[in-house]
Amino acid sequence: MSTAVTSPGRKWKRPPSISNPALRWALIIGALIYLVAAFATIDVNWSRVYEGLERGKKFILAFSNPNFVERWDDIYDGMLESIIMAFSSTVVGVIISIPIGLGAARNIAPLPVYLVCRSIIALSRALHEIIVAILLVAIFGFGPLAGFLTLAFATIGFLSKLLAEDIEDSDKSQAEAIKATGSSWLQWINYGIQPQVMPRLIGLSIYRLDINFRESAILGLVGAGGIGATLNTAFDRYEFDTAAAIIIIIIAIVMTLEYSSGLIRARLQ
Amino acid sequence: MLQLQKLTKRYPTGDLALNAVDLEIPKGQVLALIGPSGAGKSTLIRSINRLVEPTSGSAILDGVNLTELSSGALRRARRRMGMIFQEYALVERLSVMENVLSGQLGYVGFWRSFLRKFPQPAIDEAFRLLERVGLDQMADKRADELSGGQRQRVGIARALIQDPQLLLVDEPTASLDPKTSRQIMRLICELCAERGLSAIINIHDVALAKMFVPRVIGLKLGEIVFDGGPDDLTPEVLTDIYGEEDWEATIAKIDDDDDSDPV
Repeated sequence: MSTAVTSPGRKWKRPPSISNPALRWALIIGALIYLVAAFATIDVNWSRVYEGLERGKKFILAFSNPNFVERWDDIYDGMLESIIMAFSSTVVGVIISIPIGLGAARNIAPLPVYLVCRSIIALSRALHEIIVAILLVAIFGFGPLAGFLTLAFATIGFLSKLLAEDIEDSDKSQAEAIKATGSSWLQWINYGIQPQVMPRLIGLSIYRLDINFRESAILGLVGAGGIGATLNTAFDRYEFDTAAAIIIIIIAIVMTLEYSSGLIRARLQ
Repeated sequence: MLQLQKLTKRYPTGDLALNAVDLEIPKGQVLALIGPSGAGKSTLIRSINRLVEPTSGSAILDGVNLTELSSGALRRARRRMGMIFQEYALVERLSVMENVLSGQLGYVGFWRSFLRKFPQPAIDEAFRLLERVGLDQMADKRADELSGGQRQRVGIARALIQDPQLLLVDEPTASLDPKTSRQIMRLICELCAERGLSAIINIHDVALAKMFVPRVIGLKLGEIVFDGGPDDLTPEVLTDIYGEEDWEATIAKIDDDDDSDPV
């Protein structure tokens, strides 16, 4: 240390993010009181839990002895239906999401288009899959068509939003350089924007396929087809061994999708 | 060939970036635009090809008033103005060849460009240009695999394949080391001479500007405060443009070492 210290022993502490000490302590204490009060309102019926433990144990034990055979035809049909629903809804959803995503990116779309596309996204995201499925089952009746439409609708909200945000984050100078060559709007998108967002678009599409497959297991509960219907029936009949078999297959398929999406994304970078 | 008449740009924030700039550039002239950051150099060249929309005034290229063009006519006019960027602005995930051919987008239809089926003369010209800038072996490399100097050479080829009359060059050397900077400046000036192109080169490096161009424009707060040859750039003039500084020390002569080898 060759340079002189102006005031030796001068203390330093990181400044707190809320500088008013009264407000800071009020917030901390208030949060603690709320937490305690919130826990106090949880009403646990311990004797019911004790009884339920037995059923839970049976369910867990069923995993050590999953029954793939007894209801295999139902499982196979349900799985096939789920896979078809997940795949077709992802493809349709992605195809519709691309124009909406372009329209919802503020840096490339004019304001009226932007507002319309953002509204579509907001609507799709505001309605949970289950609610949409109940509505569509009411319109189209039980079966995979309602499930397919639900998942395609949900995919639009998810993918358009994330695609639009990726476009908004893209490097402006690359797009500007393409515009300066005298390209048309479509050429500008194809050369200036698409190469920048393609890896993320593909990664998100595979991720969405994964989500749609898992969602298809839930949608069966409200009658929208897929493996969920089979799973629901198995639970209703207390056939935990069949339910376990179904869940194991779902886990295997999701893990396969996860692993392959990792491989594909690594190749795309 | 290019005339700017009272070209003015006021940003929505109220900043007056260009204040009634008048400038006339004859065919084949290369000029350097110097000035401190925020003087409006970038805005000036972007107002010509309307990447920035000028507020008022006109920019006339070969008798065509660029500021009045409809979007279709503007696209056709942009083909005649090649642009070279500070951070190269290559599309990083496209190949070198795709980047060069993107300079042809104004001439080919959407489906041809989408399918990458460019007309053979365009491909021939792309290879000729890549050879000219010393990168013909790199055609299928991805743009982000190249070094800075190589990327700027691709940027130059992309601008030239437009067959422009005018080059708009925005800080071509700001991201490059001193030696590569000179090679790039030399290449740009040689190519302009070969093809009889006019060019406006925004540049921070006054010494580099003096080395290569016959005419220098000084811009300060959106107004032209100097217009003359490189030898007229006295310390007094530089003080006028940039503010007080010891100019003898900062622009001392640098030895021009042997830099004929490719980057």
